Amino acid sequence: MAAPLCLLFRHSRAAWLFALIASGTALVISILLLQQVLATGLISYALGGWQAPWGIEYRIDTLNAFLLLIISSLSTVVLLAADTSISKEIPKEKHSLFYVLYLLSLTGMLGIVATGDAFNVFVFLEISSLSAYALIALGSDRRALWASYQYLIMGTIGATFILIGIGLMYQMTGTLNMHDLSNRLPEVAQTRTVFTAFAFVIVGVCLKLALFPLHLWLPNAYAYAPSIVTAFFAATATKVAIYLLIRFTYSVFGFSFSFTALPLQLLFVVLGVLGIFVASSAAIYQSNVKHLFAYSSIAQIGYMIVGFSISTVAGLTATLLHLFNHALMKGALFLALAAVMHRIGSVQLSALKGLGREMPLTMAAIVAGGLSLIGVPLTVGFVSKWYLVLALLENGWWPVAMLILLGSLLAIVYVWRIVEVAYFQPRVGPGELSKDSVREAPLAFLVPIWLLVIANVYFGIDTRLSVEVAQTASESLFGLSQ
Amino acid sequence: MFLGLYNYWIVVVLMMIGFYIVIAHGNLIKKLVGLTIFQTSVFIFYISMAKVNGGTAPIVGDGIEIYSNPLPHVLILTAIVVGIATTALGLALTVRIKEAYGSIEEEEIQKKDNSTC
Amino acid sequence: MLSGIYGLLSASFFVAMDAVDVAFTEASVGAGISTLLMFLAITMTERRDHSVRHKPWLALIVVVVTGALLIYGTLDMPYFGSADAPIHVHVAPRYINDSMQEIGVINLVTSVLGSYRAFDTFGEVVVIFTAGVGVLALLSVSRRPENDAKIDALNVSMHEQHLILRIVIKILIPFILLFALYVQFHGDYGPGGGFQAGVIFAAAVILYSMLFGLSTARRVINQPLTQFIAALGVLLYGSVGVVSLLNGGNFFDYNVLSDDPVAGQHLGILLIEAGVGLTVASVMIIIFFNFQGRKEYGQGQAKGDV
Repeated sequence: MAAPLCLLFRHSRAAWLFALIASGTALVISILLLQQVLATGLISYALGGWQAPWGIEYRIDTLNAFLLLIISSLSTVVLLAADTSISKEIPKEKHSLFYVLYLLSLTGMLGIVATGDAFNVFVFLEISSLSAYALIALGSDRRALWASYQYLIMGTIGATFILIGIGLMYQMTGTLNMHDLSNRLPEVAQTRTVFTAFAFVIVGVCLKLALFPLHLWLPNAYAYAPSIVTAFFAATATKVAIYLLIRFTYSVFGFSFSFTALPLQLLFVVLGVLGIFVASSAAIYQSNVKHLFAYSSIAQIGYMIVGFSISTVAGLTATLLHLFNHALMKGALFLALAAVMHRIGSVQLSALKGLGREMPLTMAAIVAGGLSLIGVPLTVGFVSKWYLVLALLENGWWPVAMLILLGSLLAIVYVWRIVEVAYFQPRVGPGELSKDSVREAPLAFLVPIWLLVIANVYFGIDTRLSVEVAQTASESLFGLSQ
Repeated sequence: MFLGLYNYWIVVVLMMIGFYIVIAHGNLIKKLVGLTIFQTSVFIFYISMAKVNGGTAPIVGDGIEIYSNPLPHVLILTAIVVGIATTALGLALTVRIKEAYGSIEEEEIQKKDNSTC
Repeated sequence: MLSGIYGLLSASFFVAMDAVDVAFTEASVGAGISTLLMFLAITMTERRDHSVRHKPWLALIVVVVTGALLIYGTLDMPYFGSADAPIHVHVAPRYINDSMQEIGVINLVTSVLGSYRAFDTFGEVVVIFTAGVGVLALLSVSRRPENDAKIDALNVSMHEQHLILRIVIKILIPFILLFALYVQFHGDYGPGGGFQAGVIFAAAVILYSMLFGLSTARRVINQPLTQFIAALGVLLYGSVGVVSLLNGGNFFDYNVLSDDPVAGQHLGILLIEAGVGLTVASVMIIIFFNFQGRKEYGQGQAKGDV
């Protein structure tokens, strides 16, 4: 398990590999990981041959495996398009650096998910975020620099908060291993120190997560990063943070502690719903489509947090499902935007006029992704929202369920704006000036985009695989904590 | 009883000084200085944990019975490296921002951004 | 300057806390490298400080709340220095009591760093590598010869003023390099190790380039070479893991590197420390060169404009 991962980072920098080989390696890894998912059960791998509390271990259960699969598959698909996309957005001599950073970031995320050691999480968190800062700063707009700097400050504060939290936990228990922590924390659960530790970890993770009041860094970072980077991060980065949240609250601190120490349930429901509404309404007023979808990402995080806060198996299943589904939709959407960027050099809403005719396949993909965001039946968005509403009703939280449906209406509004512009307005602006009409995106974009769109529809119709995995994962989490 | 904790409190004060600088200062380099102070105070916190009264540095020698706990030392070695890495990257960004905007004051940058939007 | 003193102060604090290894690192990093980088960055941007503290009250509230929470958290902590705190009785005793038999390295910090938590250290190397690549991506400039000439002229005029300093430094540098090597290989017995050695080594090169000009230093140590070495260090570290994997152990399980487990551990730690040293030294040099290069590039352009 550990070996293929580490081989990945070894190879990645060995020869400043080009896109093809790199994505090939990642693909192999993801297949290996898929097998890992199928071989159910808990897998623990002691690095260095030292047993768990002394050494560092990798600890893979269904949740990790699920997440690993999401991240690696998405990154592979995104990488397929990377070569063409960055050729225009990043200066030539920096291409190899781009790939190194990309792989480092991937490494960091996989490491966070795979490891079973709290401090190791911090180290990998820093790997992924440092490379993320650099990747964002590669954006061609000078605002990318500023966005990256803001992200760096916020991200480092978040990471340091997590570090403080881990330190406090370590102080009270004398161990850094997550499993060991979960065994030893209940003994000292009543102390104020553990309470503080919990608070710090939660705040730190929420900063990384861009949960509603702490989301300010996200829209700019997404909007000004190179398009391919946006596609990658939107599909994976926040998922990793959600994973950390789930892992710390359910596995490490234990379910009963997490939801009694703080009014977490209430807090997260309120923040989640607020996040959905504020971000969705903000999305409606954006003129930059990347900004629009970035805000919609924050709204989607709101949905996940609501599911998380229900704190039942059904709720958690909904969250995990949405995690997977959101990765698919946002991957497709941002890749399609990257294709638009590649062809017309802008993602301003006004630049998309009439693009439905010029780039039918790309725009169709955006529409499909948008439908999925809204939650139209036969798409993945529908499945996860369906499960979320079910879980809410099961708990008798029907007002929240109503609010969520209302939130989807907002999604209709912002998706409709794009559709309207792209299909019902005549083509004017930059495309006309250059006379030759804009051509359809190159194949390198279309293949990965449509792969994701088809996955969107497929998992929207045949829900067995994703639901089953999500369900087992959440059941095992509750099994662990009870 | 409070004597037993004073060390941690000093750390907290230091931490908050750093944190305040990060949030409140408008100068990008000063923000990074604040960040460094914030991180270093966390290092001190870890190292304080590791101290045992009457213990020595964790290097095995004859006739020494009590050692400080080596584990936090290791963690902090790693964390220091992470800290310098972050600082270096942050400074590099600042330099680029200066080139692109001609300023490293948060407010001026925001103003320039707003005017171009 | 203040931050340099701050770095030294915290370093001496670490010594008082018996953390010699950490003190060593902090002294070289906090007081050395990071201050230097700060200086460079400040000279490259602007010295004047006309910043306004915006929303100071809001910030103060956030800070006070966080601080209060932390103080609240400290109330239940085990007392400072008490030997029966959980951290001293749960995991750590294994390191203190058994590592002599299992690893045979006197410096416990090195043994934990290099073996028990080797993967963390690997992560650390990757972090520093990431930083190096990041700085490279942000700051590297393609050099043009005509600019170089101008920069050289600039440098010559600057450096003639520091004749005595140059001679002293010239004498010092070999000793610094030697000291770095000593620290590198002495990590098993005293405080020190790959990271500290790497920083010291880089410091020597940086000193040289500060006084003799970047292009002179570049003639000795060129950029592709440092990049290559940085990657090589990470690779060396990783391959130690892979080799132990191939020999039938787990990743980073040095016991299988040699017939005798203790000798295997020694070998493993030595190799990974070498990897750490290589990467750190070259990344530090990369970072410095790029900062300096950017600066001279800017100056050269300014001169050209005039």
